[in-house]
Amino acid sequence: MQCQVCQKKEATIHLTEITDGVRSEMHLCEQCAQEEGIAVKSQLSINELLSGLLSTQPSDDELFGNTEHEASCPHCGFTLSQFTKEAVLGCPYDYEVFEKSLLPLIEKAHDGKTVHRGKVPSKMPNDTKKQIKLAALRQQLDSAVQSEDYETAAKLRDEINQLEEKKSATGNQ
Amino acid sequence: MKLTDISGDINEWFNGSGPLADIVISSRVRLARNIAGYKFLSRCSVAEKAEILKKLRDILMSLDLGDKIFYLAVDKTPVLDRHLLVERHLISRHHAFGKGPRGAVIAQREFFTAMINEEDHLRIQTLKGGLQLSQCAEQINRIDDMIEQRIDYAFSPRYGYLTACPTNLGTAARVSVMLHLPALKMTGQIEKFLNATRDTNLAVRGLFGEGTEAAGDFYQLSNQVSLGVLEAEVVAQFENVIIPEIVEYENAARNQLLSKEPDVLDDKISRAMALLRNAHLISSQEALFLLSHLRMGINMHERMGVSTPAINKLCSLIAAGSNAEKSAGLTGSPQAALSITTINRLFMLTQPAHLQLNCGKTLDAAHRDILRAKIIRSALNG
Repeated sequence: MQCQVCQKKEATIHLTEITDGVRSEMHLCEQCAQEEGIAVKSQLSINELLSGLLSTQPSDDELFGNTEHEASCPHCGFTLSQFTKEAVLGCPYDYEVFEKSLLPLIEKAHDGKTVHRGKVPSKMPNDTKKQIKLAALRQQLDSAVQSEDYETAAKLRDEINQLEEKKSATGNQ
Repeated sequence: MKLTDISGDINEWFNGSGPLADIVISSRVRLARNIAGYKFLSRCSVAEKAEILKKLRDILMSLDLGDKIFYLAVDKTPVLDRHLLVERHLISRHHAFGKGPRGAVIAQREFFTAMINEEDHLRIQTLKGGLQLSQCAEQINRIDDMIEQRIDYAFSPRYGYLTACPTNLGTAARVSVMLHLPALKMTGQIEKFLNATRDTNLAVRGLFGEGTEAAGDFYQLSNQVSLGVLEAEVVAQFENVIIPEIVEYENAARNQLLSKEPDVLDDKISRAMALLRNAHLISSQEALFLLSHLRMGINMHERMGVSTPAINKLCSLIAAGSNAEKSAGLTGSPQAALSITTINRLFMLTQPAHLQLNCGKTLDAAHRDILRAKIIRSALNG
């Protein structure tokens, strides 16, 4: 059976919808199904999923005046519409330039996490390392409080206080 | 070094050694890195890519990894050689057949590979046989430290290592384990396993063959989340929780076959043996499928002490074949290790590019099927 949208590829997704007692059927190929916003989880690569998500960005962007969709990166000339096609960014600065649009994707791809906790290049100044650690601890604290794990939360708070004391101590030197 | 130096044998990580190696083929940790001050590759000119390539190549070739390392200009490497590198899991398909100046630095014993100008400027990986993720992680971390002394990586305090695709942000570390799960497949539980892994933010794909089809019941399991997690946490979760659990399921499925359907088990093994020992034409898909059953049979005998008519026959045949190999001077390793090695070697050496490089000429699919069948027959018939 041919896909009823592109009329070219084999239809592999068959959708039956019943609205107000009226039955309608749709027969689509994978690509068109994806474009129609019908998720085919196991068949999609993470990149395709991401760009799919981005192209259906919430209309919050319009409400909050997100102008990133028209912007291009001053460092590499990259635009968000290119990202939806290629699923890779143009340069490291794109993470700042398109932060509002990318953040939901980053959150989705990393199970709700948005702050780095792992390895830090040893060349980074000690203060930067400490700040990274603090940011990560605060995020852990948030989730501990949310899940009402107050024992862990207390430990984390102690750790944060300790680090902050050290920070101000070195700052005073 | 020439690729024909390595193409005649299996790589170290596929030699059947290492913890839980009957089910866990190998462990891999891969890091993605980009050089600060350069655009990501999609926006780099050819000249910029060549500059990045030279910089990273010079650094990597000067590293002391305790093994000989060699460099390959992937874009200038013959197509067949590139296929061989993909078959040996040394470089990705994307890297082998991508665009522009790009290269690979490979340790002769194949435990380390660096891909320069793949999706990111640099991707480095370590591979070991069996379940050895923490060893892989420790080794790649040390190599990463050495590289970092010589170059500045693109790094953000908030997002960690900056990668071309946001899915790799943070540690930019991908932890993978390659698994052989024939009994889960035979008992119809593999879908359950696949769905469970997808629900827990893990990615699964086939190890051999194209696309997502897991030829020969080999599956590769990797983490999806790399931001907001510690490298060590991901490694520990795999090593202490996820993988032991899967191994337990696979072993339970093997025991289930043995206790509830011993005839089905023996039938699969006997059929695989009969076909592989007698076929004169065999496709790579069919060979993988059948070899997988033999691999399971031998491992059940060696690791679980299982003895059924078909498994006993298989093991005596393999031992005879191994003795023939030994007397031909092909190898000097002890017989017990050799039996499973014979099968492991067939998995690797009967892949299309291996067949062609080892016989020294290009062959069309029909001629590959003839040669593949011949190699398998001679290995299994002694």
